[in-house]
Amino acid sequence: MTHPSAALAANRFGLGARPGELAAIGEDPRGWLLEQVGRPQPPSQEIAGLRSGAQVLQDFFAAQEVRNELRKAQSGQPNAAAAAVGKSIRQNVAPQYMAQAAARIRMAATTPTSFHERLVQFWSNHFAVSVDKVICLGLAGAMENEAIRPHVTGHFADLLLAAERHPAMIAYLDNQLSVGPNSQLARLAQRRRRQSERKIDINENLAREILELHTLGVHGGYTQTDVTTFAKVLTGWSIGGGRGLLGGGTPGEFFFRDNLHEPGSKTLLGRTYRQDGISQPRAVLADLARLPSTARFLSTKLVRHFIADDPPADCVDRLSRAYLDSDGHLPTVYQALIECDAAWNPAPAKFKTPQEYVYSTYRALNLVPPEQRILVAPFELLGQRPYSPGSPAGWPDTAADWDGSDALMKRIEWSVALGDRAGSLYTPERVADNALGPLASEHTLTGVRRAPSGSQALALLLLSPEFQRR
Amino acid sequence: MTASRRTFLGQTLALGALAQIPGLSFARATGESRLVVFILRGALDGLSAVPPYADLDYAAARRDLALSAPGTANGALKLDGLFGLHPELDFLHRRYTAKELVVLHAVASPYRERSHFDAQNLLENGTTRPYGSNDGWLNRALSALPAASQSAHAAVALAQNVPLLLRGPAPVTSWAPSALPEVESDFMERLADIYATDELLSQRLQEATDIGALASDNDMDGNMGGRRNAGNQRRLQMMAETAGKFLAADDGPRVAVLESGGWDTHAQQGAAQGQLAVRLRGLDAMLSTLADNMQPVWKHTAVLVVTEFGRTIAINGSRGTDHGTGACAFLLGGAVNGGRVVADWPGLGSRDRYQGRDLKPTLDLRSVCKGLLHDHLQIPRQHLDEQVFPDSATARPLADLIRA
Repeated sequence: MTHPSAALAANRFGLGARPGELAAIGEDPRGWLLEQVGRPQPPSQEIAGLRSGAQVLQDFFAAQEVRNELRKAQSGQPNAAAAAVGKSIRQNVAPQYMAQAAARIRMAATTPTSFHERLVQFWSNHFAVSVDKVICLGLAGAMENEAIRPHVTGHFADLLLAAERHPAMIAYLDNQLSVGPNSQLARLAQRRRRQSERKIDINENLAREILELHTLGVHGGYTQTDVTTFAKVLTGWSIGGGRGLLGGGTPGEFFFRDNLHEPGSKTLLGRTYRQDGISQPRAVLADLARLPSTARFLSTKLVRHFIADDPPADCVDRLSRAYLDSDGHLPTVYQALIECDAAWNPAPAKFKTPQEYVYSTYRALNLVPPEQRILVAPFELLGQRPYSPGSPAGWPDTAADWDGSDALMKRIEWSVALGDRAGSLYTPERVADNALGPLASEHTLTGVRRAPSGSQALALLLLSPEFQRR
Repeated sequence: MTASRRTFLGQTLALGALAQIPGLSFARATGESRLVVFILRGALDGLSAVPPYADLDYAAARRDLALSAPGTANGALKLDGLFGLHPELDFLHRRYTAKELVVLHAVASPYRERSHFDAQNLLENGTTRPYGSNDGWLNRALSALPAASQSAHAAVALAQNVPLLLRGPAPVTSWAPSALPEVESDFMERLADIYATDELLSQRLQEATDIGALASDNDMDGNMGGRRNAGNQRRLQMMAETAGKFLAADDGPRVAVLESGGWDTHAQQGAAQGQLAVRLRGLDAMLSTLADNMQPVWKHTAVLVVTEFGRTIAINGSRGTDHGTGACAFLLGGAVNGGRVVADWPGLGSRDRYQGRDLKPTLDLRSVCKGLLHDHLQIPRQHLDEQVFPDSATARPLADLIRA
């Protein structure tokens, strides 16, 4: 007889139980979870073999260059050659995106360390980069693997730095061309009297979202002046490549452009930063990671993700304390989460997102469609195409965001289609036992047993209230 | 015979008399009015969508992003001596000429910070603070409608999930096109049995079944064959088309919510052409499709197009604009008393701006919504002041938005 806590560990903290997993967790679900986050877990070979973000971006820049040359040659007239190059950008980058999405899904569907993998995706969503922006199409997945994955079992300060300096984040939030109004570049342009051609100034986007979404949270105690000052701190925080005054660095890699940086000391959130160049943004980021508002904001998000849509205050307090006492050591924070009593309440408080629903289905059925397109399709159908939250706030994380009647209808249609295709391969009661153990209610099991066919029985099980929640 | 006939006549006369009382038109009370709220997420740049081309500070403040005056190459479409429309908003311009469009400018919700997510939350929850309520103002407005209008069909969100604006106690539903085959009714009954002990899922299942039936009654599924891999714009067009058909159906919903994203133009925004122009063309096409598909009831229709806030007056270092305050909004439809720009224009000079950077808001968006809900759906003033927009008595309903 499986203990309910094993099923909670696998489903609430992990991405859903695979056959045999509940037995393997056995009597020590807390130990099973802690073991996974004590050290970095290796990525799958498929993930390790993906092209790097820098390579993807170099291809993108090269194609863009060709297009710009063509456009210039035709003096601004729309022309077929330039359009064809634009198309080839998409055609060359889109397969990278598909490969990243497929590798991510396969990892989530098969890994034995699914708590770790859930945390990778949690932080990837916290530092959301959406592929709706064309330049990010082949970069969002690269960022998850290069900046997030290696740091989820380290200190938040390192995770923060890695995420903010990844070219995906810089390009998504437009910082590569944010220029200090008194920078070397701006002064040079002024001497050449070219200021009327091109306005030289900062772009606030990255600065604002770091404060609002990545660290302090919107009520974390910053002002519009702090945003503007932080944007100046971040001028020069850019991507390598380019030519002339905008040249330098390795194309597609992070590069700090001193000549774009706004010089001088700056005062932000009550502290004065006198450093030169790149030391200044690094110092601000390091300080942001240590502030109590950051501890509280991150703890609230973690508790909301793992325990309840309305995060219980005592749990948030516990995580915040652990965060501040450990200087943002994430495994210590995860341990505090696991030690919350509320995390082990057998009544499921979280409604699965479409992504969680499909991962847990793949895991319960030990099913990984070999064809890339079929593997990825359900995520789009159910409303959560990989890496496309559509905004830097990332995918939302409460039931009301996902429990619409049409969203349920799409789950029904997909599960029925899956049942039709695969129902005959499974014994639904055994799937229930493997995936949910004691969490499956007698009421649901009765309904599943009475189904007229194996296909319908499987679909009913996947659509049951217990399987749609965690 | 005679007696019953007289009773019948008497009723008819009484109803006829009722219809003469202003604001209590019988047709409206039984729910002929249609309302669509269209949310543009990401903050539409009002100074590009509705350029104040004749403002003396406009060209200097907007530089490369400024649109030229009406009558010049790629110029704005003329509204009046001060304002124009972006050249891609051709359908909206024709509605303006037909006196079916009110353009609102320098308008804002009570939110005065610059977070998209908080601003959208407040825009939808109708209170004066983000997360001030777990349900949306449009849902609370629905609860004041006559009971007969409050079926599960009363309002629909054209999305898989219901946006906050429409969440709350009044029953609502959501609908989005699907590429998968229909599920047999026997299966749905078995699933309903399993959901019998789960309040949320059984309610959602019922709503999904109801709206699905309506869609197939009105032959909408047949149009969805090409949905697979449809581009984003094609998908949005389909949403608009379906919204129009739902609203035109006799037994369809009276209220619909549409939304679109991608308005956060921090870089390479463009002017008459470019990124934002492409989005605006898409918006214009969606509104045109919506109107085409609800032609029989267009005369009873009002469509409110809103965004969470405006963008900075000055352009930033990457030829885009950052988060601002005052925005524009549109109200269109056959029921709208249009052909006007409603704006108490604050000007664009540095001293005219909000905090020295943004278009200063001079019109409370809640006044627009309240005027619309009062005159179009006959929601009582007190309910608007206290329930729909709590503590909003100072934001008086804007009059004359709807044709008398």
